[in-house]
Amino acid sequence: MKHHDYDVIVIGGGHAGAEAAHASARMGARTALVTLTRASIGVMSCNPAIGGLGKGHLVREIDALDGVMGRVADKAGIQFRLLNRKKGPAVQGPRAQSDRQIYKTEMQKELAAAPALTILEGEATDLIMDGSRVSGIAMRDGSQISAGAVILTTGTFLRGVIHIGDVSRPGGRMGDDPSVKMAERLDSFGLPLGRLKTGTPPRLDGRTITWDKLESQPSDEDPVLFSFLSKGVYAPQIACGITHTNERTHEIIRANLGRSAMYGGHIEGVGPRYCPSIEDKIVRFADKTSHQIFLEPEGVNDHTVYPNGISTSLPEEVQADYVHSIEGLENAVILQPGYAIEYDYVDPRALRATLELRDVPGLYLAGQINGTTGYEEAAAQGLVAGLNAAAATRGNDPITFSRRNSYIGVMIDDLITRGVSEPYRMFTSRAEFRLSLRADNADQRLTGWGRDFGCVGETRWAAFSDKQERLVAAREKLSTIMLTARDIAAQGIQLNPDGPRRSALDALALNDFGFEQLQMLDDSVTAIPAEIRDQVKKDALYAHYIARQERDIAAMERDEQHDIPDDLDFGTIRGLSHELVTKLNRARPATVAQAGRIEGMTPAALMLLIGASKKQKQAG
Amino acid sequence: MDTIFALATAQGRAGVAVVRISGRLAVDAASRLAGDVPAQRGVRRLVGPDGVLLDEALILRFAAGHSFTGEEVVELHLHGSPAVVAAVLRTLGDMGDLRQAEAGEFTRRALENGRLDLAEVEGLADLIDAETEGQRRQAMRVFSGALGALADGWRQRLIRAAALLEATIDFADEDVPVDVTPEVMELLGSVMDEMRREAAGVGMAERLRQGFEVAIIGAPNVGKSTLLNRLAGRDVAITSDIAGTTRDVIEVQMDLAGLPVTVLDTAGLRETADHVEGLGVARARERAAGADLRIHLVLNADDAEAPAGPDDLIVQAKADLGAVDGLAISGKTGEGIDALIAAVRERLQEKVAGIGIAMRERHRIAMERALGDMETALQGLRDGHGMADLIAEDLRSAMRAVDSIVGRVDVEQVLDEIFASFCIGK
Repeated sequence: MKHHDYDVIVIGGGHAGAEAAHASARMGARTALVTLTRASIGVMSCNPAIGGLGKGHLVREIDALDGVMGRVADKAGIQFRLLNRKKGPAVQGPRAQSDRQIYKTEMQKELAAAPALTILEGEATDLIMDGSRVSGIAMRDGSQISAGAVILTTGTFLRGVIHIGDVSRPGGRMGDDPSVKMAERLDSFGLPLGRLKTGTPPRLDGRTITWDKLESQPSDEDPVLFSFLSKGVYAPQIACGITHTNERTHEIIRANLGRSAMYGGHIEGVGPRYCPSIEDKIVRFADKTSHQIFLEPEGVNDHTVYPNGISTSLPEEVQADYVHSIEGLENAVILQPGYAIEYDYVDPRALRATLELRDVPGLYLAGQINGTTGYEEAAAQGLVAGLNAAAATRGNDPITFSRRNSYIGVMIDDLITRGVSEPYRMFTSRAEFRLSLRADNADQRLTGWGRDFGCVGETRWAAFSDKQERLVAAREKLSTIMLTARDIAAQGIQLNPDGPRRSALDALALNDFGFEQLQMLDDSVTAIPAEIRDQVKKDALYAHYIARQERDIAAMERDEQHDIPDDLDFGTIRGLSHELVTKLNRARPATVAQAGRIEGMTPAALMLLIGASKKQKQAG
Repeated sequence: MDTIFALATAQGRAGVAVVRISGRLAVDAASRLAGDVPAQRGVRRLVGPDGVLLDEALILRFAAGHSFTGEEVVELHLHGSPAVVAAVLRTLGDMGDLRQAEAGEFTRRALENGRLDLAEVEGLADLIDAETEGQRRQAMRVFSGALGALADGWRQRLIRAAALLEATIDFADEDVPVDVTPEVMELLGSVMDEMRREAAGVGMAERLRQGFEVAIIGAPNVGKSTLLNRLAGRDVAITSDIAGTTRDVIEVQMDLAGLPVTVLDTAGLRETADHVEGLGVARARERAAGADLRIHLVLNADDAEAPAGPDDLIVQAKADLGAVDGLAISGKTGEGIDALIAAVRERLQEKVAGIGIAMRERHRIAMERALGDMETALQGLRDGHGMADLIAEDLRSAMRAVDSIVGRVDVEQVLDEIFASFCIGK
């Protein structure tokens, strides 16, 4: 094999870049992370929080594969809340406000500690090509670095334009230069590009907020952390404030709508519907007289406050006016105005499930450049790209996530088969097997698999194996304890007392029957540790539903096993309609499962694909 | 892998209908019907769960590796009566561990089990497309008109209910109304009431009362209206020697040898400069295409204008002007009318016996399954146990069950409804 300076180069030190570099290094690949400045690694450029619904699931999955985001977020967490605490465990999502400074520092420490990882400061301005293959990067100082694979995680830097009112200027996030040259290189590949936008609110000086007038939202009393390895919170805990817009706020915004970059017609990019600017909220939901705002401190020793809920592209003076109309913010000082940012993204249908560009071997894309939004979505893609770039440079099989095993798999599949029409964000409703893909069982779904392909280290493996042993022992014990229906009903559970006997394990599937009740019937179960009890109860709760989904899961699995050769020419398959050929060419499904999710696909067409794939494989 | 079954005979004229069962439980299922299954072939009495004799059938058994699908297969060769076929399909569907095959599913299994090569697949793809198309057309027909609007209403309400539930799950922290339970219960309740009626066959009975549509088409002045009057036994259409007399579609309901039939008399198919007649011709073509059966009335046997479907009847008109072979009638003298009525009746009965039964049975099973899921969801909402994820799962499962009726609901449509209804985003 040709000798390279590095196996894998990661460009960018944001959430995608950091996770990609760490994952690649964990796999044992010699990895370099190229960033403008070391100090910008792990910067949270939007709101200072990690996790949430769907997103918390992603963080748990990253952690289960020994990634860094969960551990760092736990160290930096200053207000932990488990969302949907009162709903079923499958849809509970851990979330934490982060201390921006701690997050950055801890992320930098993690990367510095990774043995196979080198951090290089400088600007990567171009890619070096070996035919159609990417073989390294060129730096602004003229030097060249060769590598087996390059991962590009350039966020909103691709032709980024910042808008504040009618003022616009090129820029990534505030204060950074966009990488125009790299954009031109990507242009030369003829990739399908689109344009998106996103916005941020003005940042406030927390010392000028009248906190005592406002409702306060404290941290959970029993914080639920992200990492399976964390045992407790690290940083001091704070509360967030809650305030609301009012009729006057809305009047000010309405009167100045024409001066908003968005409503003044300066922006062509598509923004996310689930994260509307305050202008959008007031126009689209005109009958609402008030909108909630969360005042999120950016750190324990940082006075900056992120007012979540009022992102805007109005001129600075209008921002000041409407902020001051809000209760508690009458005298608030704006530290940095809100702005909207527009940027290019690559249509993710040009990617493989490994996040390698189909037509540019050796080049991987991860994060916002693929049309997603959110730190967690970015980090999860970084993980996928890092693992796969490392695997590819050592000649190993691709590491493919599936809709059956993870939210990561759901996201990757959505991106590469359906593309995006607005910045893509994870929702639990996107996962068809939501009840099996829970935050609480991410380790059981993924850690063993990750160990097999080599990204799970000794510490985690030991902790996981220990937990597994205790789980198995607990399940064995519970399945030998037999309970009568009468005993169970006597615990206040709605159940026919004349029904059959069942094991304690089966009884735990009953909604209201937990260890508290079980203990009354057999106190030997108190020996089972709390963490294990919790897991057993959650598994039991869904067992019946998950069994019901087995047919769907089996069908998907069967379809995933039929791969479609890369070089299969859809145009030559007799009987495929022209329309389907066009759609297949755009999405280039790698499996029949992916092909089946293309709109308009018919059973007959799938059959032709299976047949043609089989034939091609036999011939080749 | 599931054991699947389906009516395997195409919508044909044969007096025999074949139901194919493929998979691990094929023999087991057949023996539940027949008592025992012959090693290779034999005649058995098929008995329903309540002990009623369904039919006396020829049973063929194919061992795994020696059947079309490569799996264990049992074929039931039934008498082609619609009632028998419906009863057998229903009994199989009610067994619980079997399900109706999707379009092309037998072929797919054959392919996966190495029983077909690509050339054969290419040949079969057309057939499967036709089968899919046939099912789609049939579904459209079964669900056209009043019922189509009903299914559409179900879809809207199911999406709304899913959006309400999913919004409280995915946007818990934001400005979503806390208690969506009353609205979701109301939406589900109303869908269930209507669906129960349909599943119980009330809707089908109503449609049977409305009956079949038979269109008479042909060139101008070929005698379509005269035939209509003859069938109706009275003058319902104005007839004259002037081509283009009938401008609009005339509908007459009648009892045709025991079947409720609406006969459509249409404007003669011809290019015309007359605007009103032109509209009439366009409407005639449209209505005729949607009818269950078309009678092409022609003067010469090769005159059939619109391409005739396989079940269409080509009838020689004005038989009083000269004797011919095949179906020939004279509206004027009444010659051949009885033979025509018998032919129409035969074709219509084949329709009832054909894919329509399988389709109705498929829909019934789908609706029953959806009803069960929605009942569980409602129960969860009533209990107030707060497991929104389980309730949402029941609703998803219900929507998947009836997606052939209401159309597939994609998560994007649920998200659209959420973003249109709630100011999401903090």
